[in-house]
Amino acid sequence: MYIIPAVILLIVMGIALCRAFMGPTLYDRILAVNTFGTKTVLFIAVIDFLSGRQAFLDIAIVYALINFISVIGILRFFEYSSKTALAEED
Amino acid sequence: MELLLDIVSWILLISGSFFTLTGALGLFRFPDFFTRTHAAGVTDTAGAGLILTGLMLQAGWGLVLAKLLLILLFSLLASTTACHAMAKAALKSGLKPQTVNDNSNSEEETSSKP
Repeated sequence: MYIIPAVILLIVMGIALCRAFMGPTLYDRILAVNTFGTKTVLFIAVIDFLSGRQAFLDIAIVYALINFISVIGILRFFEYSSKTALAEED
Repeated sequence: MELLLDIVSWILLISGSFFTLTGALGLFRFPDFFTRTHAAGVTDTAGAGLILTGLMLQAGWGLVLAKLLLILLFSLLASTTACHAMAKAALKSGLKPQTVNDNSNSEEETSSKP
């Protein structure tokens, strides 16, 4: 029962990575990495239930926290560097 | 009762992964950054919500249910705030959303980059 969501989540993570590589602007890449992070949280939860004993949910919680903080950190970092140069680079 | 829980959680899991897949497809094919934030938002809220509620039904009462609730609550709060912060940062750094009139007169002059 958990195989189908796990496989679909893997496909979605692959698609998010493709968007990260293809993304023209910087913010597409940050968006793709953020989506990849949240899907990892879901994947950990689904794999946890697949393996029977639920031991890894704490890791999923911590991963959701770290993912959010890293996105805000990256945005704050690029906010102060050269403003317009980054938006136009293709 | 057990069979009912299994069926309902199976339906929730499948619909959650369906929403995640369509959101990811949108993330892949949408033309502009701001439309892609919508697609990413769909996967974060609808997909995560349905999949986690499907898992919650399987977990039964206990610590696991509390952890899953925590994950669901926090991933809903975090992903929307992150999407908003990203859109604001992108807009402030000069990335223009692609509006309709950009398409019509984009042949003459180079309008905003996608």
